[in-house]
Amino acid sequence: MKKRNVNEVLLQGNEAVAEGALRAGCRFFAGYPITPATEIAEIMSVKLPRLDGTFIQMEDEIASLGAVIGASLTGTKSMTATSGPGFSLMQENLGFACIAEVPCVLVNVMRGGPSTGLPTYPAQGDVMQARWGTHGDHPMIALCASTVRECFDLTIKAFNLSERFRNPVILLLDEVVAHMREKVTLPEEGLVEIFDRVKPKVPPEWYIPYEDTPAGVPPMASFGEGYRYHVTGLTHDVRGFPTSRPDEIGPFIARLFRKISQRFPEIQMGEVDQVDGADITVIAYGSVARSAKRAVRDARERGIKAGFVKLTTIWPFMKSVVEPVLKTSKVVLVPEMNMGQISREVKRVNQGYTRVVTLNKVDGTIITPEEILDRIIEVA
Amino acid sequence: MEEFTKLIHKYLRHDKKFPHVWCPGCGIGIMLGALIRAIDRIGYEKDEVVLVSGIGCSGRLPVYVDFNTLHTTHGRALTFATGIKLAKPGLKVIVVMGDGDAVAIGGNHFIHAARRNIDLTAIILNNSVYGMTGGQYSPTTPFGMRSTTTMYTNIEHAFKISELAVTAGAAFVGRGTVYHAKLLDGLMEKAFLKQGFSVVEVIAHCHTQYGKLNRLGGPVEMLQWQRDHAVTVESAARMKPEEMEDKFLIGVLADRDLPVYTEQYERIRQRAKAGQGKDA
Repeated sequence: MKKRNVNEVLLQGNEAVAEGALRAGCRFFAGYPITPATEIAEIMSVKLPRLDGTFIQMEDEIASLGAVIGASLTGTKSMTATSGPGFSLMQENLGFACIAEVPCVLVNVMRGGPSTGLPTYPAQGDVMQARWGTHGDHPMIALCASTVRECFDLTIKAFNLSERFRNPVILLLDEVVAHMREKVTLPEEGLVEIFDRVKPKVPPEWYIPYEDTPAGVPPMASFGEGYRYHVTGLTHDVRGFPTSRPDEIGPFIARLFRKISQRFPEIQMGEVDQVDGADITVIAYGSVARSAKRAVRDARERGIKAGFVKLTTIWPFMKSVVEPVLKTSKVVLVPEMNMGQISREVKRVNQGYTRVVTLNKVDGTIITPEEILDRIIEVA
Repeated sequence: MEEFTKLIHKYLRHDKKFPHVWCPGCGIGIMLGALIRAIDRIGYEKDEVVLVSGIGCSGRLPVYVDFNTLHTTHGRALTFATGIKLAKPGLKVIVVMGDGDAVAIGGNHFIHAARRNIDLTAIILNNSVYGMTGGQYSPTTPFGMRSTTTMYTNIEHAFKISELAVTAGAAFVGRGTVYHAKLLDGLMEKAFLKQGFSVVEVIAHCHTQYGKLNRLGGPVEMLQWQRDHAVTVESAARMKPEEMEDKFLIGVLADRDLPVYTEQYERIRQRAKAGQGKDA
């Protein structure tokens, strides 16, 4: 008789995020109630104190990310979760986490916008905001989940990448993924790879907190461990002190970009299926990737040579995956629940290789496989 | 003097490029001196002190001092400090803000930090103006005064920061001036030792911006104004209300024992671990 797997559970996307965060070692959550992300906060408020962690409901989303960054500076893995309006408020401190290189995870459950928009309906309208929402030049890592299992896996991945690169990581979920329930088999404890930030090994008097290293990611001391250093949102020199010297500013910003760009293969995740010589390739992400996968299968049954690409990593944009597809496919279709955001990136990479067409939907409903199939038949 | 030199060597950063950014005659140095003397008297280890600031003239303060230092975004210093304190309650977290920082852009964070009674000390340098950006009016600029954005005089009414903190629920509230340096030393020490949210409002002058625009004289005249208008809580008790009309109180304005957030949260942890139901 087959033994029932105890790790087999029925979970909602938001619940899987909370489970993944705890498994990744998250011990601090600060947030503000907002539909459709609130479940994550509710679960964390119950589970964190059992694990000697801390949950706090702050006065707004600005304060939430501020508290998360503060907690992370003490060496505690920290996160928040929000939706569009809260994500807008968080942009200020998101930039701080980028320039001060403080690891943290920000989950944005995307609902229709702009403004209050559609609190309970799915959208993918915050994709560009995730990249460029905070001011100034900065690198950004953003992932997007399609399934409940991915909500779990990518939350862990988000923490790992954040700790590894000392950069905030944004996890994007379409509302429908966050609220969908699916049976998932969670991996055994200990089988999940967890990465903790590298701490300085040198004595405090030798510690240079923002020193350039080959990896571009300096070891990070925690407050209270003897390494008394300065953390600032001002552009700073290698010691962390404000600088206005061009010969220090330039290399600093360059390092922020380099630490991510030289490690693209470790960050970029996705799925590529039968794109060689395809009549049409569909590039999709989030819930739309599921509809797209089905539509591609149906198209193949009708004799259309259809390829499929799922972008799990949204930022940095997976040029190395998309460019070959553009070179070999007769048409590329980008369906998304916005007026065309990732399709702009695809077109940017395109350089005249092929024809890029879109399927945009912003009426609060998901894009169905039938709609994608119809578009495939129309343009292929 | 020798004592003073010792403190400078012990607490100011040797690897930071001085001189500092503040104008000659600014009172912020007196406030920093009081802060350092209080820390030294209590005997905190430098490793256990975290000094957090926001943006503005006061925001530049932590960079000069040899603690764990954090210069955050405008108005948000208390939110970062909240995260630090909750994640590592053993740290002594001190937040330095200006009036614009604390009660304009950060006003909401300020009242909520007070309401929660998190064990933090908020030191607010109140010079009635946005100094660093060039003298615009702040929420503490008095009615009828001039600033670079109220050249026809200010028609808004000023916040009383300490009174706001008392009402919002802070465990300790003290107000001093940079003229009354000894009093300030004592207020800082009391605030640091207080369990819960403590506030020290430091009335200071900005002769460069506010003083010039309102013809209040230089640092000396503005310090004399503080001397002539500040009344200790003890003296005020013996004065008639009409004598207090153009005066303000200095000293301890509130000192009360309230449940402290970090202690309460530790109890929550124990209950959660003991499996005591959420509805227990």
